[in-house]
Amino acid sequence: MDISLKVFRYNPEAGRTKPAYDTYLLNGVDPTDRILDLLEEVKDYHDGTLSFRRSCAHGVCGSDAMRINGVNRLACKALVQDLNSNSITVEPILGLKVIKDLIVDMKPFFDSYKSVMPFMINDDIPEDGKERLQSIADRERFDDTTKCILCAACTTSCPTFWSDDKYVGPAAIVNAHRFIFDTRDQAAEERLNILNDESGVFRCRTAFNCTEACPREIHVTQAVAEVKQAIVSGVIK
Amino acid sequence: MSNHHQHEVVIVGAGGAGLMAALYASRGADTAVISKLYPTRSHTGAAQGGIGAALGNLEKDTVEWHTYDTVKGSDYLGDQDSIEFMAKEAIPVVYELEHMGLPFSRTEDGRIAQRPFGGHMNKETNKPVTRAAYAADRTGHMILQTLYQQCVKNEVNFYDEFQVLDLIVEDGKTAGVVAVDLSTGELHTYHAKSVIFATGGHGRVWEVTSNAYAYTGDGVAIAARKGIPMEDMEFFQFHPTGIKKLGILITEGVRGEGGVLINGEGERLMDKYAPNAKDLASRDVVSRAMYIEAREGRGVNKEKHMYLDVTPEVVNKYAKSDGRTNPDGTPYVTTAEEILTKLPDIIDFCRTYLGIDPVKQPMPVQPTAHYAMGGIPTNVYGEVVIDEKNTIMPGFYAAGEVACVSVHGANRLGTNSLLDIVVFGKQAGKKAAEYSKNNKYPSFPDDAKENTQKQVDHILNSDGSESAADIGKEMKSVMMDHVGVFRTEEGMAKAVEKIRELKERYQKVGVTDKGKVFNTELLNVWELGCLLDSAEITAVSALARKESRGAHAREDYPKRDDKTWLKHTLAWMNDDGIKLGYKDVQLGKYEPKERVY
Ligand SMILES: Cc1cc2nc3c(=O)[nH]c(=O)nc-3n(C[C@H](O)[C@H](O)[C@H](O)COP(=O)(O)OP(=O)(O)OC[C@H]3O[C@@H](n4cnc5c(N)ncnc54)[C@H](O)[C@@H]3O)c2cc1C
Ligand code: FES
Repeated sequence: MDISLKVFRYNPEAGRTKPAYDTYLLNGVDPTDRILDLLEEVKDYHDGTLSFRRSCAHGVCGSDAMRINGVNRLACKALVQDLNSNSITVEPILGLKVIKDLIVDMKPFFDSYKSVMPFMINDDIPEDGKERLQSIADRERFDDTTKCILCAACTTSCPTFWSDDKYVGPAAIVNAHRFIFDTRDQAAEERLNILNDESGVFRCRTAFNCTEACPREIHVTQAVAEVKQAIVSGVIK
Repeated sequence: MSNHHQHEVVIVGAGGAGLMAALYASRGADTAVISKLYPTRSHTGAAQGGIGAALGNLEKDTVEWHTYDTVKGSDYLGDQDSIEFMAKEAIPVVYELEHMGLPFSRTEDGRIAQRPFGGHMNKETNKPVTRAAYAADRTGHMILQTLYQQCVKNEVNFYDEFQVLDLIVEDGKTAGVVAVDLSTGELHTYHAKSVIFATGGHGRVWEVTSNAYAYTGDGVAIAARKGIPMEDMEFFQFHPTGIKKLGILITEGVRGEGGVLINGEGERLMDKYAPNAKDLASRDVVSRAMYIEAREGRGVNKEKHMYLDVTPEVVNKYAKSDGRTNPDGTPYVTTAEEILTKLPDIIDFCRTYLGIDPVKQPMPVQPTAHYAMGGIPTNVYGEVVIDEKNTIMPGFYAAGEVACVSVHGANRLGTNSLLDIVVFGKQAGKKAAEYSKNNKYPSFPDDAKENTQKQVDHILNSDGSESAADIGKEMKSVMMDHVGVFRTEEGMAKAVEKIRELKERYQKVGVTDKGKVFNTELLNVWELGCLLDSAEITAVSALARKESRGAHAREDYPKRDDKTWLKHTLAWMNDDGIKLGYKDVQLGKYEPKERVY
């Protein structure tokens, strides 16, 4: 099939200081091609200057979150046939500064992630040196939030984040959730305190965009709600 | 930020090996990690099935069995002292990961869950053993996340999105690296006492691959250009089950959970090729079986692929005929739900890319380029050894897929790479820190950047009469056809000749992007140069080895020849081509014998 691929371009260094779009006509596209394949095709044969990040090409590394026909997705996990259209528009994710074309500044995103103490706090290890025990049910409790690949699709789909870049954003909360609900962790209280801050979890207005945007199908809104609940009730369950 | 930096230990790469090295090195030395990808984007995150360790959580298992399986899996080319070291270290290192917070799946009694994997056997029952510790089918993701979390906790220094383009060596001593800051295009120099390469593999040399775009052999090429030999590069693993055409991996864990390979005639094909281990024979054995079936016209629709079937009916049917049992001795029976919880990502991949549901329909699969057994030669402490006598190069270390210890020999067993990266990442980190404590900074040349600048300028100023994309495609295709699952003298000679021609043409590749900010076009071209070097070393090493062993299967020399070829290849890249040498394999208590599964 033939696809008209409209791509957001921005590159002040080369004089493209105003955001604009370039459109490429691609012939012989397979409906099962990934949007990433189309971008590669453009870079290889139409315009080598087009810049974007990518690595794994199958939705596990989190490099290529972008807005595809207005919705945050991973370019490597969105197939042409999923979009039901011959015209496809690709733009950078919103709320982070665009550096060049589809590449945005990820530093604020990772800073928010780091602010929630995203690491296990527990120095007690069993005397025999073996694993700490955890029941299947306790492990299952936080399984959903372990899946996060830090692609930023959720955070950059959040209206609160767009209007206030101080908000830690859903991705950071998801990563806090992963530890708060892990029975092995001992620092839930500190994390809950951090998220009870003015830039924390109560900024969330439950827009649900994040859940829809997550390419890993994490129930982001639910995770955020559980963290709110834990702060309010003081009980983690 | 100044463009010159000094750190006692510089680690290149932030995958499992680099991060584990960083955790250990940073305890004893000023350490920095440089990575072209954000650490959590590293390919370790793609690993699915599990990490091997004889924890014995579900049935009896021993370090000795793990050692033996790995030696046998390696087709006796692995160094037995190193393998034993790894199998022993496996147990404490997996517990260490749990202590760091890794969310392993759990057994009924709350221990780390384990599943069977290809080539890992219980010596008493003669059946596959549950040795692969796992976290659903995203074990690598959990390892990468956990190690990165620990680095954040320990405030390890990172240079994210900096790509190393050169290694600096002064008077035979490692002195640092040169890297480009991707966001500005500026070259930075790093003066170091020790440098650890943990840059991963080069599977993008082949057309159908499970490997990330970033797997371009940068570490191999940079080191080879510095006169460091590459070990056993002819041994590159093709994993039996990549999604048809796309190459995306379907973990061996699927077969661990009872999935079977079915040919176009509806027969279970491994019955014939590995009557005992069947679908859980070693990867080289299974990939060859699939290749032969396809060649003899028994592919699905007579094409190149087979079906991998993990629908509960089929799993239960064959589990019954195999007499597979649960740890408590009851017959093994599974359900769609159980498969869904154990293999959620695989189900997701199939739904996304194939539009099929693996608990209802079989998956079309074909062998896919997967893992580099060869690479930069090291000992068990990660120290790079640069000749037949294993002379240590001061201050240079390598760990992970880029390194060749050699624990995988001619064929790696599944779960042994995640193990390799944490075991040897840790050793390299410790040793590099120790070395930096005992040594002064070597002198650092004023013109350290020059060589890199020249390479960059060459690409920027080239007339651009050749296309990088075309050269890349031709390389992938010739390597797939002739230096793949099966090989012949004629085919490999053709490949060597072709790669040399492509290297010539490569000199004329240019770029349209002349900017500095995220010039990904320029870096892709530079990476293509690394791929071509990796391909040439691979093809030349393969052409010389006149026997079949592990992943190196020759139709014209179908037998293993221990008399002549029980030795490691060393390949030096010079201006006028590749020079080959050989070094002894460390044998031990396991005498080489014929490999049957
Ligand atoms: C799909 C898939 C599934 C797998 N499943 C399993 C499994 O179940 N069990 C198992 O044991 N093994 C498995 N493997 C193999 C295993 O995952 C890899 O071999 C291993 O993770 C490699 O780790 P590493 O640390 O060496 O490299 P990586 O994790 O790839 O890290 C390489 C790092 O080097 C950096 N880098 C590279 N070049 C440069 C440069 N020039 N400058 C700066 N930085 C650079 C990258 O940014 C990255 O951070 C699997 C592999 C794949 C592809
Ligand atoms: S390239 Fe890795 S998630 Fe898309």
